[in-house]
Amino acid sequence: MNVMNEQKIEEAVKARMTAGTNEVIKMRGDKVTVHYGEKQALFDVDILIRENQVTALIGPSGCGKSTFLRSLNRMNDTIAGCRVGGKITLDNEDIYDRAIDVVELRARVGMVFQKPNPFPKSIYENVAYGPRIHGLTRSKADLDEVVEKSLQKAALWNEVKDRLHDAGTGLSGGQQQRLCIARAIAVSPEVILMDEPCSALDPIATARVEELIDELKQNYTIVIVTHSMQQAARVSQRTAMFHLGYLVEEGPTEKMFTNPDEKRTQDYITGRFG
Amino acid sequence: MTDITASSLPVAAPPARRDIGLKKRYAAEARFRMYGIAAITFGLVFLAIMLGTIISKGHTAFWQTTVTLPVTFDPTLIDPQNKRESDPSVLIKANYDKLAQQALISKLGIDAKSKPEVAKLKGFLSDSARIQLRDMLVANPALMGQTVTVPILASANIDSAFKGQVDLTVPEARRKVKDQQITWMNQLAAEGTLAEKFNTGLFTYGASSRPETSGVGVAIVGSLYMMAIVLVLALLVGVAASIYLEEFAAKNRLTDLIEVNINNLAAVPSIVFGLLGLAVFINFLGMPRSAAIVGGITLSLMTLPTIIIATRAALAAVPPSIRQAALGLGASKMQMVFHHVLPLAMPGILTGTIIGLARALGETAPLLLIGMVAFVANYPATPFDPATALPVQIYMWANEAERAFVERMSGAIIILLVFLMAMNLTAIVLRRKFERRW
Repeated sequence: MNVMNEQKIEEAVKARMTAGTNEVIKMRGDKVTVHYGEKQALFDVDILIRENQVTALIGPSGCGKSTFLRSLNRMNDTIAGCRVGGKITLDNEDIYDRAIDVVELRARVGMVFQKPNPFPKSIYENVAYGPRIHGLTRSKADLDEVVEKSLQKAALWNEVKDRLHDAGTGLSGGQQQRLCIARAIAVSPEVILMDEPCSALDPIATARVEELIDELKQNYTIVIVTHSMQQAARVSQRTAMFHLGYLVEEGPTEKMFTNPDEKRTQDYITGRFG
Repeated sequence: MTDITASSLPVAAPPARRDIGLKKRYAAEARFRMYGIAAITFGLVFLAIMLGTIISKGHTAFWQTTVTLPVTFDPTLIDPQNKRESDPSVLIKANYDKLAQQALISKLGIDAKSKPEVAKLKGFLSDSARIQLRDMLVANPALMGQTVTVPILASANIDSAFKGQVDLTVPEARRKVKDQQITWMNQLAAEGTLAEKFNTGLFTYGASSRPETSGVGVAIVGSLYMMAIVLVLALLVGVAASIYLEEFAAKNRLTDLIEVNINNLAAVPSIVFGLLGLAVFINFLGMPRSAAIVGGITLSLMTLPTIIIATRAALAAVPPSIRQAALGLGASKMQMVFHHVLPLAMPGILTGTIIGLARALGETAPLLLIGMVAFVANYPATPFDPATALPVQIYMWANEAERAFVERMSGAIIILLVFLMAMNLTAIVLRRKFERRW
């Protein structure tokens, strides 16, 4: 089983031996710590997130990768007793600064969750909600266009164009997750955070979402948390390995999967622990 | 693959049966089911007895014995001095009892000069006949001198006798209904003059000392006023308080204390709220006594904890994934609550509200203390006028001795129960209608 895994991973890595040259830093974590009450969940994480690339966060359960992801758009604010230390910047602005409004931040850094969570409203309303609350469109025609474009970008348009006013919760799991991606895209974010977006999906739906992530990176910066090594290898350009609240290692995906610096990374990727 | 067929394979021998206590387990389950059925049967039997008693005693209240008589508006009786052109008060003061009596005498064919017989007619028709005939003539003076067929209420005693509620084996001297009256009653009933008609008066009349002209009309209006006040006050304040406590307030000692106190308030006896209403609204703020506004506010205070608890439970039941989805898109907290959480919590909130309202509708004790236990014959035009409430009307009728009032009390209970059932049904329908799956 492990041998098969490694083969697959190597193939995937070789297939994308195309490292970008002119890289731009979109977000940066500088000595990021997170406490939940007394318990420290994240220790001094230093990381760079490059524009128009997919950064995968991997590591065993409870290692802090989701915690780190959620601190990138301050979703941790909603958890009682959660404190974030250090500095996280978006375009060189501290997102925990008083001058930055959390609502505005979340409009720039969108999020897709582990379990598809469409609103119990129509497909159209799901996608239109973001643009509507931010006042991004001036007319109904404008809004219709944004909805259509977002659904097209999320590769869902052809499947739902005839039933835009049916309930979003009536779609299949994979379609629901793409609807959630369309909903996130509709507010034109700069960064999209994805927290194990495929963990509730079957392999076919997973493949479609992965294809989608690959296309989306042309326009968006994507940070994805995943438990699947193959997925990290397939979709990401950079991979960060977390363990016990520490960032073990971060680097180009091909290097992380073929020749990591740390033994822990090697062991985790080959399935010896985790 | 080899050619072993299924039949040629050896079959595993079953192991020795272990005693894993199956019989005991099934017996325990059967016993438990029996206890459950017994408990439900017990409850149902008492419910059936209660409803059966109320309905068997109360259904007759919806029918009222009426005597249909040709009444002649005789000018020589109403206006013997012929002054009505100059003095309109003659029409008000005239002896209308005599008119009704004359009509009854001629119908029964009694000798009008036989004093003892005429005396026995007293108490056959309701005293309300006087007011009824007066109002007819005042409204339409052209009736003077004409003969009109008028349905007149029989007195409460005759009504009870006609419904078979009077024990005729009791010696005549100890009965309110005399033998002669029974004979006349049967005579009129055989002619079809005296009959039971649907008792619309039960729904329209206010309080009265005469059972046949008393009804729950004023009480229903008073109760409706109070329900409207409770709905507006308790729903708005309750939902606003719950949203703040559940979604916005910091979770600390103070909010914990508030939460504990709200739960305690829900268990405070209603009479205590009545005392509060009396002390604060009537004695301190000087609001009118017996008024629906005070009752409504007092009942709102009593209903608030119920609504707050139900609303908070409904808000807490909305899945966190929906909140995260909204926040993740950059919705503000308020947008999250009002666009997503509140609509999803609506069925629970509505159910809690209607159950709270139903409890308020049936509440009596606090209303007694703020003076809503009053003899109110006129409809309250505004919530500031004296009024009474359905359960209080039941309480007042329960204190009356006459058989006809007992019947009306049971009738009023049926009306109250119908209102409560309608409200609970609405709660169920609303919940079904708004329920969404996610």
